[in-house]
Amino acid sequence: MSEFTVTVFRLAFFVILWLFVLGVAGVLRRDIFGPRRAGAKRGGRKSRRGGSASAPTPPPTPAPASRQAPAPAAHAHPGTIRVTDGPLAGQSLMLSGAPVTFGRAPDNTIVINDDFASSHHARISAKNGAWLLEDLGSTNGTIVDGSRMTGPIQLRIGTRITIGHTTLETQS
Amino acid sequence: MSQAPSQTARPRPYRLAELGLLILAIAIATVAYALVGLGVEGTIPANVYGYAGWLAALGLTIHIVVWIKAKYADPVLVPIAVLLNGLGLAMIYRVDLGRKEYLGSGMTQLIWMTLGVGLAIAVIFIVRDHRWLRRYTFVSGFAALLFLLLPLIPGLGKTINGARIWIGVGSMSFQPGEIAKILLAIFFAGYLVSYKDQLVAAGPKILGIRFPRLRDFGPIVIAWVASVGILVFEKDLGTSLLFFGLFVAMLYVATSKVSWIILGLGFFAAGAVAATFLFTHVQQRVDGWLNALTAEEYNKEFGGSYQLVQGLFGMSNGGLVGTGFGEGRPNMVPYAESDFIYASFGEEIGLAGLFVILLCYLFIFQRGIRTAQQLRDGFGTLLATGLSFTIALQVFVVVGGVTRLIPLTGLTTPFLAQGGSSLIANWMIIGLLLRISDNARRPVEDFHTGVLRITEDPEPAKKTAPAAVGTGAAVGSAASANHTDEDAPTTNLSRADREAPTTDLTSADDYDPADHHSAEPNHTGRRNNGGER
Repeated sequence: MSEFTVTVFRLAFFVILWLFVLGVAGVLRRDIFGPRRAGAKRGGRKSRRGGSASAPTPPPTPAPASRQAPAPAAHAHPGTIRVTDGPLAGQSLMLSGAPVTFGRAPDNTIVINDDFASSHHARISAKNGAWLLEDLGSTNGTIVDGSRMTGPIQLRIGTRITIGHTTLETQS
Repeated sequence: MSQAPSQTARPRPYRLAELGLLILAIAIATVAYALVGLGVEGTIPANVYGYAGWLAALGLTIHIVVWIKAKYADPVLVPIAVLLNGLGLAMIYRVDLGRKEYLGSGMTQLIWMTLGVGLAIAVIFIVRDHRWLRRYTFVSGFAALLFLLLPLIPGLGKTINGARIWIGVGSMSFQPGEIAKILLAIFFAGYLVSYKDQLVAAGPKILGIRFPRLRDFGPIVIAWVASVGILVFEKDLGTSLLFFGLFVAMLYVATSKVSWIILGLGFFAAGAVAATFLFTHVQQRVDGWLNALTAEEYNKEFGGSYQLVQGLFGMSNGGLVGTGFGEGRPNMVPYAESDFIYASFGEEIGLAGLFVILLCYLFIFQRGIRTAQQLRDGFGTLLATGLSFTIALQVFVVVGGVTRLIPLTGLTTPFLAQGGSSLIANWMIIGLLLRISDNARRPVEDFHTGVLRITEDPEPAKKTAPAAVGTGAAVGSAASANHTDEDAPTTNLSRADREAPTTDLTSADDYDPADHHSAEPNHTGRRNNGGER
């Protein structure tokens, strides 16, 4: 085989090697900053926040229409839960159809490793088109906006839930 | 109902991206193999199609298993592992061709890779939820010690190059320490997640650093002293360094106290100085590192700097783009296919190639840490951090040693170097990381995997007694976050009443003026719908 062909091969090797790196970087970029959207050209930081704020707004129209008797306050319902204080601070969780449980046992959605938390401490579930927070009979109780909850509470945006040393906040 | 928004923002599995990258990785590995044949013998190896087919079969098998069993797993881990492993295979084959007698070690490595991929698949199948591993915290701790002790058993253990870290079964030899690495990570994660509060908050305070009480800290110290001690007896300093680093890193992640890192580095410095004076083989390594380019060290019969300096010469011969596969002389360096495979790559594909390799390791590490960040349980966070940190630290120790940044220690370059035990251990780590990342990225409605169903919790009965002691001290000293307990009953009733349905459109919509406008038609649209009914 001629020297030229070998050189071409060698060049091709480097090209696909770096293509691979660029491909991986592309996947990471999409994973970290979210998929590129055609309309969103409001700067990197803005589009990230806007991605969570503006993308959710259009779809609610078909969703309530398809459901029976939508709650009038659908817009006040939180979409995510963020851990603001405690060992898991900074993590956030998207609220969707399934119930979200908190507690010390490893089968919870958010595992709170804290001696003040019960094994199955609290649960957030969808009831009548709203998110309902229930205490699952915990020993030390669940504190909502500074006061210990007694019965199920309907969650709104900005509600602060404290379980042991962990504080969670509902966000849009 | 806020179900709809989450569907638009739902995390995507990215499985097609994985397939694309995987095909690219297999193509790169095949081209590398072909180039080795072209460079050394002037023809493309006859079995190149079989080789590519085998790699593709392995890659696609694990891809399909991940697609079915861990749909949301990280998309870049498998392609990167296949790429690094493929490049390693090509280089091992190349070094083999450069020898006087052909040993077929490339083929052996391919068999090990098959085994490794098989084990990664097995890990994905068996460990259906990583939180399940937490039940085996102490089992894996004991298993790790057992694995580390195996080479010391007479008749089973083998001494190769002065280190007794091998067990030999027939002609095959295996390094159990590699598997112990994973088991120790599981043990540390499981133990630290259970006892981290006691570790942080209780215990005497000396020089501004709060030291944990012995009974909280005991099992960890025992595990660590035992593993590092055994390795010192087996004369495997690289692995002891790796375990020590893993231990300090996981302690830091669990407690988030910088003092542990300072303390760890201090202990490490003291240990390193002591080892330099106590062990002659450490002394040799340090001498060979500091005075590498002196004639005395270079020409030493045994334990000099010949290997290191030949590696440096090789890399400088490679330059920016390398000599090309098969055109350099990596065989000048002893162990060019295992310990010094990084130098061989430096010679034949140059800096441009080395950067790809280093970036690949960086990507693996980044994905591991990112997974740890996204996880919703402390055990998984610690485990993912520990596993990705072992790979990162191993790369640092090896590459640092080969490039003469730090003294040379006997660790393997993950995925690249020849050696079956390291390869299958790293594939198992990839399997675990895939499983953990699947859990981290999975949307909540798919979250309950059905593996962990604890309806009756057996823990509180036996756990509250010792825990109460620990937290009693914790509350007294920390005095944080629990103040909410006191002011609890003040606004209790009115609060519950106020939670009754109130329409606060403002709080949601005054976020961004632009969004407010875009949201406007939706309200009218919904009202119209209601009117039609």
